[in-house]
Amino acid sequence: MTRVSLTVNGQRVSAEVEGRTLLVQLLREHLRLTGTHVGCDTSQCGCCTVHLNGKGVKSCTVLAASCEGATVTTIEGLAPEGKLHPMQEAFREHHALQCGFCTPGMIMSAVDMVRRKGNELDEHTVREQLEGNICRCTGYHNIVKAIQAGAVAMKRT
Amino acid sequence: MYDFSYHKPASLDEAASLISGRDDVKLLAGGMSLIPALKLRLATYSDLVDLGAIDALKGIRREGNTLVIGAMTPHAEVVASAEVERAIPALAELAGGIGDPLVRNRGTMGGSIANADPAADYPASVLGLAATVVTNRREIAADQFFLGLFETALKPGEIITAVRFPIPEAAAYCKFPQPASRFALAGVFVAKTAGGVRVAVTGAGPSVFRFKEAEAALAKKFDPAALDGIEVRPDGLNSDIHASAEYRASCVVVLARRAVMKAREAGAR
Ligand SMILES: Cc1cc2nc3c(=O)[nH]c(=O)nc-3n(C[C@H](O)[C@H](O)[C@H](O)COP(=O)(O)OP(=O)(O)OC[C@H]3O[C@@H](n4cnc5c(N)ncnc54)[C@H](O)[C@@H]3O)c2cc1C
Ligand code: FES
Ligand code: FES
Repeated sequence: MTRVSLTVNGQRVSAEVEGRTLLVQLLREHLRLTGTHVGCDTSQCGCCTVHLNGKGVKSCTVLAASCEGATVTTIEGLAPEGKLHPMQEAFREHHALQCGFCTPGMIMSAVDMVRRKGNELDEHTVREQLEGNICRCTGYHNIVKAIQAGAVAMKRT
Repeated sequence: MYDFSYHKPASLDEAASLISGRDDVKLLAGGMSLIPALKLRLATYSDLVDLGAIDALKGIRREGNTLVIGAMTPHAEVVASAEVERAIPALAELAGGIGDPLVRNRGTMGGSIANADPAADYPASVLGLAATVVTNRREIAADQFFLGLFETALKPGEIITAVRFPIPEAAAYCKFPQPASRFALAGVFVAKTAGGVRVAVTGAGPSVFRFKEAEAALAKKFDPAALDGIEVRPDGLNSDIHASAEYRASCVVVLARRAVMKAREAGAR
């Protein structure tokens, strides 16, 4: 067991983890932040996406022990308590979800997309850059619209 | 996943001493190939040595007529690098087609070529550009590096530190991605240099290989038409639920033609 200390959603936290403990397990099982989901065993679905030191990563494929000193943002920390982030608001507005399982990962990935590609995103770019996130319900159509709108809204805030 | 001890050394020497003489100890880079394999229990190790804290393995720099990319440089940095875009835009484009953005934020150059997945993209650029793989012990020419299915010339305990890419006159990469995984069903990297033309093929065989007939034809005339009548024999190529060996053989020629076209356009810019 090793002790790992990091900042999650602005709070300093610390936990005893095994070598094999994944970042997603640290978040869900140790910190009870269950907004980050696990949808596969093969690093393909993106439901587990969080921001690690400002960049989107699949938290099911990162060792918790490697996050010593890191800064992590999860879906719970994207907006202050009781408020929605513009990307969350856009997903609601455009009905970009059905069961909602993929949604936290979609939103974290969308915010990372804006970091890399800016606020003006055409449909082709969004679809291509969403390659790492799988949704089994929506057919992506409204997700793409929401991301385009959310990206623009992020510029205003 | 079975448990293991985790180490994160701050220097290359320390990393080397942690793995030296131990075949149950494994290096960890971006973890995008190794962690999924451990999760599926396809492999198990007593210790993992994370290279993530060793600054000497990171970064991209130009040295005269070569582009040097540190082993721990993530794919996303190659995609976004102005230095790569100026020197070898085909390499930035190739990196931008690896997996998805989240994979590219973590996966590294060193991890990709050490892994030598038969369908990985970077090996095609390393072989196509006649790059040199630099390790903590020696330098290995691309032609001697990739030996077979998931097999390289790396000796136990050897650590890749960087890859040195000679800058070509023109180059391009075309791949046919397997629609679910984005790995190359087949991918062809074409490079034109003062020394001649090289054509490297990934995804089609057990390991990346050179398409020498195409190289000879393109050396005479760097034009897609030079490939008329040239075929790849399907014998020994990969055959699976996604594509037969014959289909891959046919893809290789089509992709080579497209890559030449793309390299010519890029060269004319
Ligand atoms: C969903 C998904 C899609 C993907 N799609 C593609 C794709 O389309 N094309 C593609 O090419 N790849 C793809 N990949 C693989 C990805 O590019 C990996 O990042 C890469 O193959 C391995 O790099 P890594 O840094 O993650 O290495 P790791 O997984 O950490 O390590 C891989 C292997 O390399 C060894 N190693 C690592 N660094 C060194 C070093 N410096 N010296 C010696 N040995 C070392 C490790 O011990 C291990 O055996 C995909 C991966 C995923 C999860
Ligand atoms: S849980 Fe599917 S990619 Fe992480
Ligand atoms: S809304 Fe159900 S998986 Fe995306």
